Amino acid sequence: MSIFADGQTRLLIQGITGREGSFHARHMLEYGTNVVAGVTPGKGGQRFEGKVPVFDTVADAVRETAANATVIYVPPMGAAAAVIEAADAGVPLVVCITEGIPVMHMSRAMPFVRNRGIRLIGPNCPGLISPAGRAKVGIIPGNICSPGRVGLVSRSGTLTYEVVNHLTRAGIGQSTCVGIGGDPIIGTNFIGCLEAFQEDPDTDAIVLIGEIGGTDEQSAAAFVRDRVTKPVVGFIAGQTAPKGRRMGHAGAIISGASGTAEEKLAAFEAAGIGIMKRPADVVELLRARLG
Amino acid sequence: MNLHEYQARALLKAAGIPTLDGDVASTPTEAEAIARRVGGTVVIKAQVHVGGRGKAGGVKLARNAAEAADEAAQILGMTIKGLTVHKVLVVPAAEIATESYVGLIMDRESQRPVFMVSSAGGVDIEEVAAKTPEKIVRLAVDPTYGVFPHQALSLAFVLFRDFAQVRAAAKIMEQLYQAFVANGASLAEINPLVTTPDGRVLALDAKIVIDDNELFWRPDLGVLRDDSAEEPSEAAARRANLSFIKLDGDVGCVVNGAGLAMATMDLVKYYGGEPANFLDIGGSSSPEKVINALKIITADPHVKAILFNIFGGITRTDDVANGIVAATRQFKVNVPIVIRLTGTNEAEAIRILNEVGMPALSDMDEAVQRVVKLAREAA
Repeated sequence: MSIFADGQTRLLIQGITGREGSFHARHMLEYGTNVVAGVTPGKGGQRFEGKVPVFDTVADAVRETAANATVIYVPPMGAAAAVIEAADAGVPLVVCITEGIPVMHMSRAMPFVRNRGIRLIGPNCPGLISPAGRAKVGIIPGNICSPGRVGLVSRSGTLTYEVVNHLTRAGIGQSTCVGIGGDPIIGTNFIGCLEAFQEDPDTDAIVLIGEIGGTDEQSAAAFVRDRVTKPVVGFIAGQTAPKGRRMGHAGAIISGASGTAEEKLAAFEAAGIGIMKRPADVVELLRARLG
Repeated sequence: MNLHEYQARALLKAAGIPTLDGDVASTPTEAEAIARRVGGTVVIKAQVHVGGRGKAGGVKLARNAAEAADEAAQILGMTIKGLTVHKVLVVPAAEIATESYVGLIMDRESQRPVFMVSSAGGVDIEEVAAKTPEKIVRLAVDPTYGVFPHQALSLAFVLFRDFAQVRAAAKIMEQLYQAFVANGASLAEINPLVTTPDGRVLALDAKIVIDDNELFWRPDLGVLRDDSAEEPSEAAARRANLSFIKLDGDVGCVVNGAGLAMATMDLVKYYGGEPANFLDIGGSSSPEKVINALKIITADPHVKAILFNIFGGITRTDDVANGIVAATRQFKVNVPIVIRLTGTNEAEAIRILNEVGMPALSDMDEAVQRVVKLAREAA
C-alpha cells in the first residue's frame, strides 16, 4: 500500500495541546488519520476535541492505546527529549516536525534511537502521508495528494508540495510522500526511504528531491545504481546558491568543494536517475518511464 | 554564527587552552597600549569574517608600541572583501618551531563531533583534505561520553614525538571538546597549533562557529554577534525573523520554505534571469513578515522586479495577500510585482489582491517567466 504509515497506523501526537500541535492534530483528524492518543505532561485525563485521550507520558499512552507511531510538535529545546521518550516507550515510528533543535541534542539522541531499532523521520521535516490509507503523519497538506503508485522522498517542505501538486494535477497518484528534513543530523536519510520504496509492491516509481549540502544525495545515487530496479527521477534545489552560505535549512550549505548541485547532479546522471531541470519536469519524466 | 578570532580565542582561553598574551583594540591608542604591555614585536590582525586577511594587508608586524599604533591606524577602517575592519587583535609575534592543525566539527555523516588533526598545519586545511587526505587523522567522539583520555592522547601522538608535548596537546584536545560542547559550536578549530623553540604548545589562531539553533536559549552567546560584520540587509532580515541572503541579480524573490526558495532562484536562472536574493518567509507568515520582506528587497537598488512564490500549506496565502496590500499602502513599490500563490485559502487571497487591482497567478513557471521578462524590460 505504502511505506512507514498506512491504514493500520495508530497515531500518537506529542504536544497535542500546543499551538502547532493542536492545529495540525485537527488537520490529521480531518484527513481521516487514526489518531488514538495525545501526550502533554500535566494534561493527562483531558480529551482533545472531545474525543482523543490525552496522557501525561508516552509510556502511558502506548500502554492504554497501543499507539504504534508518534508525531512530535514539541518546541525546539524539549524536542530531542521527546524523541528519546518516544524511543524509550518503544514506539517503532517517530516523526519529529520541530525546527530549530540544536544539532548537539540530536547527536546525543541518535545513538539512543538506533540502539532500540526505532525509525526516526526528521527533525525539521513535514512528515509523511500515505493517501490510500488516509494516513497523514505531519503537515503535508492532504488536499494536494492523491492515492497512486509513485513514491516521493524529499529534504524539503513546500518544494515537496510543489512537486506533489504537479503529480496530482497530471493524474499521477502517490503511494507515500516523505519529507526527511533539512537538518544536518536526521533519523532517516534518502537511502532508508529508497530501500522501503524498492520493497513496497505498491510503488512503481520514485521521485527524489534533494538540495545542496552534504553527501546524502550522492550516497542515494550510488544506492539507486546498485540496488533500485524501479525508475527514479530526481531534482536538486540550490543550483544558483553561493558557497559557504546557509540557504535557510541548517543542512543546505556548500562547504568548500563539496555539497554542490553539480556534484549531486553528476551522481544522479551516473546512476541513471532522470534529472528534473525544474519541478514541472516530474510529470514528463515519469510518464516516459512508466509508459 | 561565525565568531571573530578574538572572541574564539577568549572562549578557548576560558577553557584553559594556552594562547598568546594580547588583546583586542578598536583604536590605534588601544593597540599601542596593548603592544606596550606585552612588549617586543607584535602582530596586528584585522578582525573580519573573511579568509585571506594576510594577503589583503590585514595582518602586519610591528616592532614596538609606536609602530603598533601606526599599523593599527592603517588596518582599522580598511575594507577587506567588502567588510570594514572595526577591531584588531594585538598579540606578541611568537617564534614558531612547528605548526599543526586541530579541528572539531559536527559531522553529518557519523552524526557525531569528529576531531580532525594534521601535522600539516597553518595552511588551508580544505586544500590538505582535498589533495592529501591521508595527512588528516579523524576520530569520532561519542557525545554520550565525550572524548576519552586515551583518544585525546592518540590524537596528540599523531602530532608530536616529545612526550611532554604529547601530554600538553592531549590536554588541549580535551579542553577543545569541552569548549565545543559548552558553547554549542558546530565547528571549533585551532589553526595553527604551534610549538615554540622552547617546547611550549600554544593555540595561535582560533575559529569557532556557533550552531544558530543554540542562540535561542543562549543569550550569552547571542551577544557575541557582530552586526557590522554582516551585509546590512541580511542583519535587518535576521532581526525580522526572515532567512535572507543577498545575491547579485535583479529579480527579487519572496518565497515560503527554504527548498522552494532555492528552486525559485534556480528557475529564475533557468528562464534567463538572475535572482537578487534568497528569502524564506517561513511557515507561519504573518502580514508583518511580508511587509518586512518587501522593505528589505525594495531597499536594493538593483532589484528591477519582484516575485512572490507562495505554496500555502501551514502558510495561509490570504495572510500573504494582506501583507502585500498593506505594504504597498505603507510605502511605494517602484518596481513591478508578480504574485504566484496556491494552496491554503487561495480563493480569499486572490479576492484580496484583485480588489486592489493586483493579478495573481497559480503556476510557478508562468510567474517566473513573467518576472524575468519584466526585469529585463526595466534593465
